[in-house]
Amino acid sequence: MAIKTLTIDGDQYSAQEGETILTVMRQHNIPIPTLCHLEGLSTVGACRLCVVQVEGIPKLLPACTTRVEEGMVIHTATDKLKKYRRMIIALLASEGNHVCAVCVANNHCELQELAYQVGLVRVRYPYLFPKKSLDATHKEYVMDRNRCVLCTRCVRVCDEVEGAHVWDVAGRGINCEIVTGLDDAWGKTETCTSCGKCVMVCPTGALFEKGVTVAEMEKQKGFLKYIITARQKKEWVSFTDGQ
Amino acid sequence: MNQEIKNKLRVATVWLGGCSGCHMSFLDLDERLIELADKIQIVYSPIADVKEFPADVDVTLVEGAVTNVENEEMAHIVRTHSKYVVSFGDCATTGNVTAMRNRFPNEELLDRAYKELADICYSIPNDNTLIAQLCQQAIPLHHLIRVDAFLHGCPPTPDEIWFAINELLEGRIPIFKTQFLRYG
Ligand code: SF4
Ligand code: SF4
Ligand code: SF4
Ligand code: FES
Repeated sequence: MAIKTLTIDGDQYSAQEGETILTVMRQHNIPIPTLCHLEGLSTVGACRLCVVQVEGIPKLLPACTTRVEEGMVIHTATDKLKKYRRMIIALLASEGNHVCAVCVANNHCELQELAYQVGLVRVRYPYLFPKKSLDATHKEYVMDRNRCVLCTRCVRVCDEVEGAHVWDVAGRGINCEIVTGLDDAWGKTETCTSCGKCVMVCPTGALFEKGVTVAEMEKQKGFLKYIITARQKKEWVSFTDGQ
Repeated sequence: MNQEIKNKLRVATVWLGGCSGCHMSFLDLDERLIELADKIQIVYSPIADVKEFPADVDVTLVEGAVTNVENEEMAHIVRTHSKYVVSFGDCATTGNVTAMRNRFPNEELLDRAYKELADICYSIPNDNTLIAQLCQQAIPLHHLIRVDAFLHGCPPTPDEIWFAINELLEGRIPIFKTQFLRYG
């Protein structure tokens, strides 16, 4: 496989052909915020948090979906990029109903963590306070759409890893929502195996286990790396190795 | 007025649509309050008996979201008379718990509070001089007036409040980006 050389924030790196910019950055511990991307799932480039600037290309490109090319000169942390990332988190915060003080995921939430990373001191946009539903019909889990950031991790893990494909994306634009079955109640779907994978990969308090209260829902994402390496390499890594 | 009082930072604290938890956290400064008494003068606060918001305030800490017409008026008064306005806690900064009412129409809320849950007097008070009229929505303070600094948390911890006040005493706008930026 061909080796590509590229420049990231002024330093030279080499990468395998076909690797994404994000993979190279992670290999070399160059920090960049991501949300929809999760190691072990397919890549959708939906959240745009990982956008970078590539010299000679007028538009910004997501690091998680863009493959390296010979001679690429990449900037990952310019003021403009930082500003856009802050705007993305502010938009996510304003288009849902996020009340961290009373949320099951408080202090264990990727959206919160990202808000700190990008320095979101306040949200300038008007909050939309949308009317969102909560589905508590499943015997073990709850889906609270007030906290959903539409990353589609649940959709992908259920389809790609569990093979059940319970979740889908319905609606468009601001009315876009994650639904179970054909927009049936989660508890009524016959395909759900109650494996809990969607709950564990969900970055926010949108999916949680019944019985937890404020700040109690910690997600264990290590299972994903465990399953994927077991399937692909027939190796059984420690559960706590992932993330 | 003696020289000593003149040199003290003139601080006000205001309680809008919040649960008073941020003020309780302020009181949790405990013995540090004594130290503070040497450096600042509380010129207006729900924990001090002052009727009118004074002129020439150096710093005002505002707890709570803007949720009724009285809050709106107060917010404008605060802005006019304060050099620095600080959003004090998550309700002032994001709307937080106070804004959870926004998905319900006001009539439904009032019915719920004053009729469905009432033990006596099943009626909605209609005298606006007794109960301030609700705004259409509860909003963060900076969506109504200019705010200079944001103190996060529900409530901010005494240590965070201590840091903020000391920064202000040093003439700096407290920046919570790295140290204390947090929600919830
Ligand atoms: S999901 Fe995260 S950001 Fe949203 S309310 Fe819960 S803790 Fe806060
Ligand atoms: S619990 Fe498992 S099968 Fe059910 S929706 Fe979630 S990932 Fe799919
Ligand atoms: S429920 Fe969770 S995992 Fe699924 S799209 Fe919403 S935020 Fe993402
Ligand atoms: S992480 Fe790259 S677009 Fe979401």
